Amino acid sequence: MSVVTPAPSPSEQAEQQGFKAHSDGGWGNTSERVVPVQTRSDRFKSNVPSEHPDVTGREAEWKLTPVDLVRPLIDGALDGAPYAFLSTHTDGTDVEWIDRADARIGSVGAAEEKASANAWNAFEKALSVTVSGEEHSEITISRSSLGSGPRGAHTIITGTANSRGRVILQNTGLAQLTENVEIIVEDGAHLTVVSVQEWAGDALHLANHFVTVGRDATFRHVVVSLGGKVVRVNPSVALAGEGADGELFGLYFADAGQHLEQRVYMHHEGANTKGRVNYKGALQGLGAHTVWVGDVLIGPRAAGTDSYEQNRNLVLSEGTRADSIPNLEIETGDILGAGHASATGRFDDEQLFYLQARGITEEEARRLVVLGFLTEIVQKIGKPELEQRLQASIDAELNASSSAAVNGGAA
Amino acid sequence: MSVLEVKDLRVSVETEQGTKEILKGVDLSIAEGEIHAIMGPNGSGKSTLAYTIAGHPKYHVEGGSVTLDGVEVLTMSVDERARAGLFLAMQYPVEIPGVTVQNFLRTAKTALDGEAPALRPWLKQVKQSMTDLRMDKTFAERNVNEGFSGGEKKRHEILQLELLKPKFAILDETDSGLDVDALKIVSEGVNRAKENTGLGLLLITHYTRILRYIKPDFVHVFVDGRVAEEGGHELADRLEDEGYDRFLSATGVA
Repeated sequence: MSVVTPAPSPSEQAEQQGFKAHSDGGWGNTSERVVPVQTRSDRFKSNVPSEHPDVTGREAEWKLTPVDLVRPLIDGALDGAPYAFLSTHTDGTDVEWIDRADARIGSVGAAEEKASANAWNAFEKALSVTVSGEEHSEITISRSSLGSGPRGAHTIITGTANSRGRVILQNTGLAQLTENVEIIVEDGAHLTVVSVQEWAGDALHLANHFVTVGRDATFRHVVVSLGGKVVRVNPSVALAGEGADGELFGLYFADAGQHLEQRVYMHHEGANTKGRVNYKGALQGLGAHTVWVGDVLIGPRAAGTDSYEQNRNLVLSEGTRADSIPNLEIETGDILGAGHASATGRFDDEQLFYLQARGITEEEARRLVVLGFLTEIVQKIGKPELEQRLQASIDAELNASSSAAVNGGAA
Repeated sequence: MSVLEVKDLRVSVETEQGTKEILKGVDLSIAEGEIHAIMGPNGSGKSTLAYTIAGHPKYHVEGGSVTLDGVEVLTMSVDERARAGLFLAMQYPVEIPGVTVQNFLRTAKTALDGEAPALRPWLKQVKQSMTDLRMDKTFAERNVNEGFSGGEKKRHEILQLELLKPKFAILDETDSGLDVDALKIVSEGVNRAKENTGLGLLLITHYTRILRYIKPDFVHVFVDGRVAEEGGHELADRLEDEGYDRFLSATGVA
């Protein structure tokens, strides 16, 4: 955790006793960036891959990721051609391929790391999804045939002013994909974006979601990661307009040999914004690894901010690793509240004994505990068919990995 | 009539100082509808007996047998024992995050009966039992034992006893930590369960206090892993007056 007080202005700095550059530093020397970036919003951004330094795997950004596995996505050649997808939608939604020159592209975010820049450089056309209906409208984009070659992709999701809608990104099958998703939530819009990763077992997926939420708009983001070898979905959300509301939810279930990562960034820019982050994960099986990094930045203009983030992990077996790192930076004193919590606990023998002592089998006991734990997030999706299907997927995941555990480990 | 029979039960646990023998040959026989109290000083092995019968993996059976209507219990898994009709009301029930009381009770009932209970009558029963135990309605929506007070945990154990209807129940120091009002409510619950189902009860306690509300047919005094003396209710009265000193000095433990 780091709490940063407001930076003094240059004139204040000059007057401050003893305030001078370290002799060993590189203060003010931005071209070499000797001093690590302290404030989350100050990170280097560029959509040109060569402007990002080579990735060694020791960087804060990458040190928890299996860089060797995703190397082709970080600095390899990518196929950026449009891909086949299936869409089912109601009135009030629209989907089309748009040119790179479109003004919406780059209007929300820019790459902060090399794999993101690599995707940005590679895509030929961006997929644009627009929700404009003022009654509730919904669109599901299913990608199931991305193939096994490395790809770069770009998506723009727009919730127009005062619209109400839900966008579901459903990912299955093979994939080696690095992508950027820019999400524009215009003033007064209510937009939910659900990204479901149920990739095939050896799929690689790196995604950055950049979101800007306008005045009095409400944005809900749900990341569900169940399948894939390495899945890393990083939502960066700017609550830009006054009174913007952002809820970021996530659920993940890592089994043997799986790496599921999410780096969440909530930036309170506007005044009176409200942010909630809640990610829950389960881990089971040898080498199951999850990463949650939760950054919250409350900017100098964000008076009246109400912010809370939490991460909970449930460890179901030996040999797993859950990294959970909450960071909170506050640049104004005038806020309603800001808090964070992180806890990683295991489903232990005493819990198992208690449930078994009531006649419940070991398998059922595990199921009860895991479903109970994750259901809170599933219910945030608000679409009963999808919620039920995901419950069933979690159930299947649980059965698959517990039988693998019984058979002696790695699946 | 069902009988739970413990014969020459010897049990050890692993401690940092090595294997320690706790139960040194326990004999007990409980018939359906009977109430047996097991009393004894701290460390005499009362809870070990309870957890061994329930099948906690921490306790190693070195010898002897526990049979339910002639069928060996010790070879059964924990959940098989529960399905055979045994119930242990625990002294320190654990929290189960993410699982509501409602969900837990229904899952347990389904596991015990082999089929889900009919919804309406079941909900009615749950509601009635909760009212009887003076439990708030919101209790059903809370996670199992999470943030429960000591008294709430004990009521929740007895709620399960009433709803799951075992043949034999072991109550491990259910009276400890309860104020007199809570003790009365919990005791009423136990008596109600016995009246309704005619179960056999093994009441484990350090103090005689709970025996004012739940009248035992038999009292067994446990000292150093064995039954040192047996008698009727009058033995409990004598213990209330004299304490355990007489037994401790006799065996040289004190």
